[in-house]
Amino acid sequence: MLNVALIIAFVFMTLAQLLNLYRLFKGPSLPDRILALDTMYINALALFVLLGIYFDTATYFEAALIIAVMGFISTVATSKYLMRGDIVE
Amino acid sequence: MMIVEILVSFFLILGAFFALAGSIGLFRLRDFFTRLHGPTKATTLGVGCLAIASAIYFTFHKEGISLHEVLITLFLFITAPVSAHFLAKAARHQRLHEDKDHPDA
Amino acid sequence: MQGNRLIPHPLMSFALIILWLLLNNTFSFGHILLGTLLGIMIPWFTNRFWPARPRICKRRLFLKFFFGIFLYDVVVANLNVVRLILQPDISKLQPKFIEIPLDTDDPMVISILANVISMTPGTVSTEITADKKTLIVHGLNVPDERAAIAEIKSRYETTLKEIFTC
Repeated sequence: MLNVALIIAFVFMTLAQLLNLYRLFKGPSLPDRILALDTMYINALALFVLLGIYFDTATYFEAALIIAVMGFISTVATSKYLMRGDIVE
Repeated sequence: MMIVEILVSFFLILGAFFALAGSIGLFRLRDFFTRLHGPTKATTLGVGCLAIASAIYFTFHKEGISLHEVLITLFLFITAPVSAHFLAKAARHQRLHEDKDHPDA
Repeated sequence: MQGNRLIPHPLMSFALIILWLLLNNTFSFGHILLGTLLGIMIPWFTNRFWPARPRICKRRLFLKFFFGIFLYDVVVANLNVVRLILQPDISKLQPKFIEIPLDTDDPMVISILANVISMTPGTVSTEITADKKTLIVHGLNVPDERAAIAEIKSRYETTLKEIFTC
């Protein structure tokens, strides 16, 4: 049963990534693209967590945590760049 | 063990469903500010659910409790509103809320 | 919990110890010792970055708010948002900017309020006006602006103000 649930979760997350990818390419504005990128970060992290359960190993946890941190930082940095034209003032 | 498996499966499907709903919102809503709602709320809760499922799974399949996935959930819950606020500020700065004939999705 | 010279930020030390134990995924004695060491040393060295320390005055209300009302609202708000997103006809949505007049000038309360309303019912905080008197919030579906403002003020702002003012 767990295997079926895992596969359903994988399919859902992959579909979600495709929808995000559409928004990333389509735009229409820059904040839209940043939002899509941020969502892709979070979904990639979710895929790593799922892979960890699938292969029954805790190694993927660190990768997921680092993606979470880097995703947040990059979203804040890019939005700040849009706002001020500068990141570190 | 059966109950654990049911619980893990439940959280997995619930989480993946919420994350997918967030991305559907990103895909089909009309303008930037309504699109912002899907990823901030639904995706955060969805991925949080997935991390909790992982925590339950590793607690019962390996020896000893494994709570470090809760860190991901906590981190997401703290950062999601902050990045949403930043994005909204950037969008307002670009005056996205003013032009009504902004091209639709 | 007031800080003293040895432990300037007791809450931060506690959070750091918990964080260390969670990161290492163990509750062994050695890591508790190491975490305590870090939890005491890090606030020492970063003391100058934290001139104002947040004070939680009503601790019971704090726990009741964040682990009761807030968690419940997050789940309900998510179900709501998912229902709104997945409804067949999305042109029925009435998105709108609403302006919430703030009753407090404590930056701590304002920032927590902004984060809380981003996570809960169908609203994302977008901006604070320069005079820090109004919070501009975007609602996904706002049929009645007045009721939405009243609900946010009564449900979150008064409680948060009560928690953080002594």
